Amino acid sequence: MKNSLQTVLIRCLISISLVVISSSGLAQEPLRIAFIDPLSGSFASIGNNGLKQLQFAADYFYNSKGGILDGRRIEIVPLDNKQSPTETQLQFRRAVGEGIQIIFQGNSSAVANTLNSAIIRHNRRNPGQEVLQINYSAVDPVLTEENCSFWHFRFDAHVIMKLEVLTDYIAMNNDIKSVYIIGQDYSFGQAVSDNAIAMLKAKRPDIDIVGNEFHPIGQVKDFTPYVTKIVASGADAVITGNFGADMVSLARSIIDSGLKIPIYTFYAAYDGITATLGEDAKGLVYLVHNETSNPIPTEERKQFIRAFKAANPDNDVTQPRIINALRMVVEAIEDSGSTDPYDIALALEDRRHTTLSGEEVWMRGADHQIFQSLHISVHTNEGIEFDADNSGFGLYSEYHVPAEQTIRETSCRMSRPRR
Amino acid sequence: MLKKLSIWVVFLAILLILPLLFDSIMGISILNQMAIAIVIALSYNMLLGQGGMLSFGHAVYFGLGGFMAVHALVMIEFETVTFSVTLIPMVGGLFGLVAAIFIGSFSTRKAGTVFAMISLGMGELIAASSLIFVDFFGGEAGVIGDRTFGPPFFGVDFAQDVEVYYLAAFWVFIATLFMYLFTQTPAGRMANAVRDNPERAEFIGYSARRVRFISFCAAGLFAGIAGGLFAMNFEFLTEENLNAATSGRVLLMAYIGGLGYFVGPIIGAVVLTLMNSLLSNYTELWMLYLGIMFVLTVMFLPRGFAGFIMLHQLAWHHGRLKTLALPYLVTGVPALLCAASLIGLIEMSHTEADIFHFLGLPLNPDQLVSWALPVLLTLGAGYATRSSLPQLRDAWHAANTEGKRAK
Amino acid sequence: MLDVFLFATLNGLVTGLLLFMLASGLTLIFSMMGVLNFAHASFYMLGAYFAYSISSYLGFWIGLLLAPVIVGILGALVERYGLRHVHRHGHVAELVFTFGLAFLIEELVQFFWGRDTKNYQQPDILDFPLFTLFGQEFSAYRGFMIFISVLIFIGLYYLLTRSRIGIIIQAAITHPHTVASLGHNVPLIFMGVFGVGSALAGVAGVIAGPVLTTFPGMAVVLGSIVFVIVVIGGLGSLAGAFIASLLIGLLQSYAIASDLGMQDLLALLGVSFERSHPLNDLWTLTLPQIAPILPFLLLVLVLIFRPTGLLGKREE
Repeated sequence: MKNSLQTVLIRCLISISLVVISSSGLAQEPLRIAFIDPLSGSFASIGNNGLKQLQFAADYFYNSKGGILDGRRIEIVPLDNKQSPTETQLQFRRAVGEGIQIIFQGNSSAVANTLNSAIIRHNRRNPGQEVLQINYSAVDPVLTEENCSFWHFRFDAHVIMKLEVLTDYIAMNNDIKSVYIIGQDYSFGQAVSDNAIAMLKAKRPDIDIVGNEFHPIGQVKDFTPYVTKIVASGADAVITGNFGADMVSLARSIIDSGLKIPIYTFYAAYDGITATLGEDAKGLVYLVHNETSNPIPTEERKQFIRAFKAANPDNDVTQPRIINALRMVVEAIEDSGSTDPYDIALALEDRRHTTLSGEEVWMRGADHQIFQSLHISVHTNEGIEFDADNSGFGLYSEYHVPAEQTIRETSCRMSRPRR
Repeated sequence: MLKKLSIWVVFLAILLILPLLFDSIMGISILNQMAIAIVIALSYNMLLGQGGMLSFGHAVYFGLGGFMAVHALVMIEFETVTFSVTLIPMVGGLFGLVAAIFIGSFSTRKAGTVFAMISLGMGELIAASSLIFVDFFGGEAGVIGDRTFGPPFFGVDFAQDVEVYYLAAFWVFIATLFMYLFTQTPAGRMANAVRDNPERAEFIGYSARRVRFISFCAAGLFAGIAGGLFAMNFEFLTEENLNAATSGRVLLMAYIGGLGYFVGPIIGAVVLTLMNSLLSNYTELWMLYLGIMFVLTVMFLPRGFAGFIMLHQLAWHHGRLKTLALPYLVTGVPALLCAASLIGLIEMSHTEADIFHFLGLPLNPDQLVSWALPVLLTLGAGYATRSSLPQLRDAWHAANTEGKRAK
Repeated sequence: MLDVFLFATLNGLVTGLLLFMLASGLTLIFSMMGVLNFAHASFYMLGAYFAYSISSYLGFWIGLLLAPVIVGILGALVERYGLRHVHRHGHVAELVFTFGLAFLIEELVQFFWGRDTKNYQQPDILDFPLFTLFGQEFSAYRGFMIFISVLIFIGLYYLLTRSRIGIIIQAAITHPHTVASLGHNVPLIFMGVFGVGSALAGVAGVIAGPVLTTFPGMAVVLGSIVFVIVVIGGLGSLAGAFIASLLIGLLQSYAIASDLGMQDLLALLGVSFERSHPLNDLWTLTLPQIAPILPFLLLVLVLIFRPTGLLGKREE
């Protein structure tokens, strides 16, 4: 008890002295970055996890090393949007009101699309108060195609790029003669289905699409009836864009039915999913993503993950692209010597950056889409150095596609602001 | 009459002054949101408070009106039609009305559980179809418009939120006025009669169904106007604006504010908007607190905040409100302390930081001893509150009964 | 085709019986107190979560025994200290109270157990295929689910029609005042029924948790469907609830299994539309696509054409 009182007192003293030091020593204003993602509600775990990664990266790379631009700290301002487009607008206005000009956002393409259009309108109506949208995860292609904007940068591969890799991988597997596609009935699910069918037709005309099913998001109680159809169709593989509970339920139902066929997915790992899939799904669930999971190629990234795990034992580094995004934004700020969104945007265009994995990524200037190597990993417990959900299971990367091969033409006709 | 008129003048004045007091970007944005919430909550009160129809799908009319309004914005932008965007809320209202006429034609035949269940079913059906019919609802990304096109309104192009606020304030005033006037019409009065005793209303020659239908359509109209205001303020609509969660929130607002009182839903709309936009920035557990507050309100304040305020009417009328001040303080202070330390406990159990500041005191959540103080404080304050209750009850009776005697 | 039909029937039965376990408790509670309990599915969720926590220490079977008891006690407490208090304010207040309770329980579950999906698994002893037909496995656990549901249905039937307590309950449903003047403690019966109803929902949660995944949204997914069943079956009718449960279970299952859609209907009528038609989304609808929302369509239709439900006698 005495001990605890002492520690409390010491901590008090430390915090007071820190306040004194920081207020006297570093008179510089911190660079404030808003993080608008779900921090409450059903998607909160994903949002909070992302926030921890961003905050940790800011401290690890910059704040602990004296900040950026001669001593400015980076302050991450978490703003909860409950994964709702409406709430996102409110938080966007709050960010603008507080003079924040850089916004990180990733979850839900619906949110990203409405935020994108709101930022375009805001920047046009309020010159001098522009805002930059750093999209680290929303994969709707329109954001870098029809609706591309000078103020939006995407640090994740979009769904067509990912599907290209996934279908390549399926095409290589000669055991697969028929494929069943099932997805949530909304634009992402439909994009997965339409593109997967077209790509497989081109790459492996002999593969039969034996099923193409949609179900409403979050409304299905039991996937067994769908699995019955999958079994009856005699499919050799399943492709799905499902996420969250719909993903877990679908995979569990497939596995419970005794079907031992691979399931190709986008979002079937971390945040409790890996732990729930567990032993039964070993070697059956495949995932397409950026940045290899296991083995990790560089010591530098291993150190980062270990440091993150030490600080956040219950979380994983689920989205390395958040770290890439932050580092590239900071590089752009340092190179341009400015925190004005216009200057940052110009400096980000066609920027090349070496990630923690030692890989060079490229932010294309024409549509603000990043290009990086993509990987296909399998859910397993073999060869896993860094597991997910502390379950012993994790992702093992089996197939790699270098960045150059993921490059696609863009239809983006960006209207560029004049200064 | 003069008194009533002065209330409306004060209301208008408040509406006009508010943006001058809260002129930050955030302040205006909250005010806009409040304006929308007030209209939808009031329209919900027409159903449940005045008409006795419990609806679990009121967001449908709000959303459908809003979607039509946003489509109108798009049409104005591409010059398919030309009219001022100031009329956009009316577009929403008309479409809300059309939807209400259609759905009301079969859902208002019965009141009570049958009505509630049809509203639930229709709500789910329309929310689900909003994801299926992509052309009208735009899928999960919704429909996006731009409010700055069309002929300018006396030089105002609505590029800034504060301009939208004044438009919203105008529509809030109009909508509130008309909804109030509706309660004074025979149709509005009969709605109350049908709510309380449909057989009797039928007996004196009114068709209960017809009366319900009229209230229902009026509620749909005003919900649609709110949807139009939403379209003007946010310039987009997505499926979440007409789903069950939004309907639930409307019910929450109206109920917490106080059904049956005209001002009740206004209070509810203001309180809930503030909670939603401010509280969520301090704690991720705000929904938990909202749930607790809601359940406690239903249990102990069945007529909502407005009902609680109205309880004091008699005491106030007889100038005995002062006698209640001290007992309120004696109960209120420990009750607030109890609530505060309970919230502190909840937050401390949820925090991941090493040090948790409990009422300004740094505590380490990992040590058992840190928990003793908040637990003791909660229990102590709870006990103090409980033991002061009889006193409050006596004072309450004294204030009200003596008032009666003075009469 | 036969294999799909057969398995669709089996799946429909499993879902239908599971739904009935929820609907039976809800119907009992409604018949007694005249209140539709919005929080009923929340007790189902609590059952799954309690069973998850207990099973991680003491194994699945202890969870199956204990979790429903805990949920039942919680339900009884809710009736005693919540619902009874609100009862004086009328039916709307009761309905709104249970609505708020459902909201609160969802938040509480997230507070205590977190927002992730929970790794709640079926017991190893039931982790084998019961039989294999046309290359498809029917897991023993699903057979077990059917077994438990049928057992509960029979038990409930006997309890209500053969036992003394059941007769009192039946009497209290129709003539509460008479029963009270005969010296029975009607409030206690109410509390007991609410507790047992909640416990039934708890059982459903315990056995459904491993199959339908245990996550904070599980109550919402099922909640309104159970409501729909009780209303379609006819408020207060246990037999109606049974028929409606199976009806909806099978309906959804067959709808998913079928490959029919609007296009087939149009082809039958000899009509066809261009892809560019403004209502193209409507013309390309398929049955599997809308299967999960069919119950709501059925609900609205039943209420329009037969407001008392299939076997219901009273309207309120």
